[in-house]
Amino acid sequence: MDTRILTTDGLQALVDALHARGFEVMGPVVRDGAIAFGRVRALTDLPAGWGDEQEPGRYRLHRRDDPLLFAFAAGVQSAKPLFFPAQEVLWRVRAGDGEASPTVELTPVAVTAGEAPVAVLGVRSCDLAAIGIQDTVLLRRTYGDAAYALRREGTFVVAVTCSHPADTCFCVSMGTGPRPGAGPGPAAPYDLAMTEVSDELGHRFVVEVGSDRGADLLAELVARGVDAAEARPADRVAADRVVAEATARMGRRLDTDGLKELLYAAAESPVWDEVASRCLACGNCTQVCPTCFCTDVRDVTDLTGGLVERERVWDSCFDAEYSYIHGGSVRASTRSRYRQWLTHKLAAWEDQFGMSGCVGCGRCITWCPAAIDLTAEVAALRDEGGRA
Amino acid sequence: MTARPKLAVWKFASCDGCQLTLLNCEDELVPLAGEIEIAYFPEATRAVVEGPYDVSLVEGSITTPADLERIHQVRAVSRRLITIGACATSGGIQALRNFADVAEFRSVVYAHPEYLETLDRSTPVAAHVTVDFELRGCPVDRHQLLELLSAELAGRRPRIPTYSVCVECKRRGAVCVMVAGGAPCLGPVTQAGCGALCPAYSRGCYGCFGPQDTPNTRSEADRLRALGRDEVEVLRMFRTFNAAAEPFRQESRRHEAARQHPGQEVAP
Repeated sequence: MDTRILTTDGLQALVDALHARGFEVMGPVVRDGAIAFGRVRALTDLPAGWGDEQEPGRYRLHRRDDPLLFAFAAGVQSAKPLFFPAQEVLWRVRAGDGEASPTVELTPVAVTAGEAPVAVLGVRSCDLAAIGIQDTVLLRRTYGDAAYALRREGTFVVAVTCSHPADTCFCVSMGTGPRPGAGPGPAAPYDLAMTEVSDELGHRFVVEVGSDRGADLLAELVARGVDAAEARPADRVAADRVVAEATARMGRRLDTDGLKELLYAAAESPVWDEVASRCLACGNCTQVCPTCFCTDVRDVTDLTGGLVERERVWDSCFDAEYSYIHGGSVRASTRSRYRQWLTHKLAAWEDQFGMSGCVGCGRCITWCPAAIDLTAEVAALRDEGGRA
Repeated sequence: MTARPKLAVWKFASCDGCQLTLLNCEDELVPLAGEIEIAYFPEATRAVVEGPYDVSLVEGSITTPADLERIHQVRAVSRRLITIGACATSGGIQALRNFADVAEFRSVVYAHPEYLETLDRSTPVAAHVTVDFELRGCPVDRHQLLELLSAELAGRRPRIPTYSVCVECKRRGAVCVMVAGGAPCLGPVTQAGCGALCPAYSRGCYGCFGPQDTPNTRSEADRLRALGRDEVEVLRMFRTFNAAAEPFRQESRRHEAARQHPGQEVAP
């Protein structure tokens, strides 16, 4: 299937077709003063005419004077919680009555049963790259994550080119955007990828196909008479212009040259002390990071002892208990926790998974209540390294 | 069947809200009573079963000479002593007296202050006797209270995290009120446990659960100032239900000093 042009009516038809195929369509919606993932039934659910401003420790929405549906940067969370929920039960055991044997419910079958497969609408390139990283981390190791596998398997992804990056964005530095899958970064698996264009030829979506399922869905729309003309050269030029303009508007830059070596050499740098004086050790950066995957696993019992559950919840390397082993926390100081997080994300991740753990979405910068900016910290380490 | 463990619930200087949290566990009270013998709980029943007790829940802070004597008696009859709530674990809102002159309060408030026996300071239970576990909150959270009792019954470690409210806030998918709304919020320096109740309703955290395990109150205060709060407002944020918890006490002291001696750095 060639690249096609959808109008807003065509995009609504695409959403309808996904619903008809049994998908729960999740996309960007305005909630509590921010862009978050929510259910999308009609295009009116999308943040039409909303834009965002992001800077370290600050996020604000504002009205725009155009009807664009995706004219904002990374939202409050990535698509991560859709596949990797903040809390889930791994298994549960119920005591039997009298002589009866206990019943064991082994997940993921139990937890994912009844969940509709998710279609993610409007996932941008940074978050798509993050899905690619999580696929590697959670599926392609010796033991895959079964619940994640079940949720990911059924997912349909409609990606979008990021047309309005924020002041905190640096996907170009990380090779993950702003066009889905176009950079040298990790695999960014999408079924369809669209670029929203609004010019003298009208408001429309240039839609590229990334999988057989994507081609099949688009073919179904064409067969049903939905206006989905083949893209003209002018449409491709317009889409390329959106990409070029977004690339030029990146708010931040991260110099990745020799980054791993820089961080490994900087283990004793005074920069960590300085950042620790501001770091709140609150864990927000890890909770909004689209690639952070650390969890805690604990058993809970009810009052009677008749029910035992093993739960997995998101954890954070900024928690004192995260590194608790017999006798105490390995990383007792905030200095050591920030160093651990940044060094793992930008350096050790490469040794572990063959790629960087950062996609340049900028969430850790925006949602840090102390306005700590990892690109500035890396620059400080570089400066300090240069002086040494 | 082995005998059920005996539970006692004690009250010191407090508002009774934490004891009420136990009574509010409506669906769980019957199963709880099946597992544990509620032996002493004046808030719920006049019936008293003699001690000693396997588990004592202690609400309230130590504020009178009589309290001081009684808390040792409670310790003596309790195998496990667990404090519940901000009063019992940090001194509570009444620890505001620790920053002022109690004799002056007494003379202003009471017609006959000589009838009154009170201590200069409101102190947590752990300042006087050994405490086996401290459950935070003003009031405590019922889920945490049930988790704690379930863990006691099963003989396992309770699952009570000591990290920040932010972790719970993000986990429930709430939008940060500080970053997206500029609201003053103590979430980053406060221990989780409430489920990020206030931020989920677009209010800043009041710090009911006291300091988290690694609280950077100075950086938090700097951010509150950057969001437009003055020294007095920052001082008051740290001086509420957990005013005497050491990190919060030091931070409020710093802002008190800054107000009295502008431009000078004063040790708390």
